[in-house]
Amino acid sequence: MKRNDFILLAAIVVIALAAFGAVSLYSAVSTREPEAVVYLNGEEQGRYPLSEDTAVEIRQGNSYNILQIRDGKADITEASCPDKICVNHRAVSKQGESLICLPNKMAVEIENSEEAGIDASTR
Amino acid sequence: MAKKTAYLGMLTALAFVFSYIEYLLPINLGVPGVKLGLANLVIIVALYTINMRWAFTLSAVRILLAGLTFGNPASMIYSLAGGMLSLAIMILAKKSKLFSVTGVSILGGVFHNIGQIGVAVLVVETAGLLYYLPVLILSGTIAGVLIGILSSILIRNLIKAIKIEDIDL
Repeated sequence: MKRNDFILLAAIVVIALAAFGAVSLYSAVSTREPEAVVYLNGEEQGRYPLSEDTAVEIRQGNSYNILQIRDGKADITEASCPDKICVNHRAVSKQGESLICLPNKMAVEIENSEEAGIDASTR
Repeated sequence: MAKKTAYLGMLTALAFVFSYIEYLLPINLGVPGVKLGLANLVIIVALYTINMRWAFTLSAVRILLAGLTFGNPASMIYSLAGGMLSLAIMILAKKSKLFSVTGVSILGGVFHNIGQIGVAVLVVETAGLLYYLPVLILSGTIAGVLIGILSSILIRNLIKAIKIEDIDL
């Protein structure tokens, strides 16, 4: 190997590391944190990051749902609907999971979160 | 003529067999496209012992053979893009006389991967594939060093064994 080969080698390693740095910086900037998105009648009403504990009342006329975010999970703790399916639903936190209240036409969907793992498998 | 035919036939067969060995023993690092590039050994030897015209022919014939036997049209397109870009860069690097065989081989390995990723980005229309680039540049470099060292040993001995003037290319 000649001296130029080593210069080339060093240059390529530097370029690769720079590219790696650029790529990881870009992905760090572009990955947004997980959030709960509230929809009423199919229209987006608000976004709440799962990292912050909070409780919001989603009101529409006389009907309401209370969305509580705690320990990185979103849950409906109280609602005016007759069936309480949304209230009885477990807390959600994984990508694409949702809490839906049909009577109030309300939906909460998780976005930018990690995919849910496998609950169980059989064969 | 007979010597020329024998030599080129041998190199073609070797390149083809090396491609097959790599197909049988894939390196899985979680990033697609990481490989040793054994076939490039033959191409480099051809580049240094014969000439660039035959190196191009060898490379094209190898890709065609590999694609028709154990590859598929898609893998052929990727191989062609990688192989041709890599060879073009290696010819330029050799002509510049800046690098030894190893340097030429490193550039070949790196640009083979760049060519493949380039085509993949165009085909899949996802710039996200560029995430693979840093890993592929490094793996191409490592493969290039190994193949380059092997190539220079081969070239040194082959030039002694085969009088290139006899082959009359």
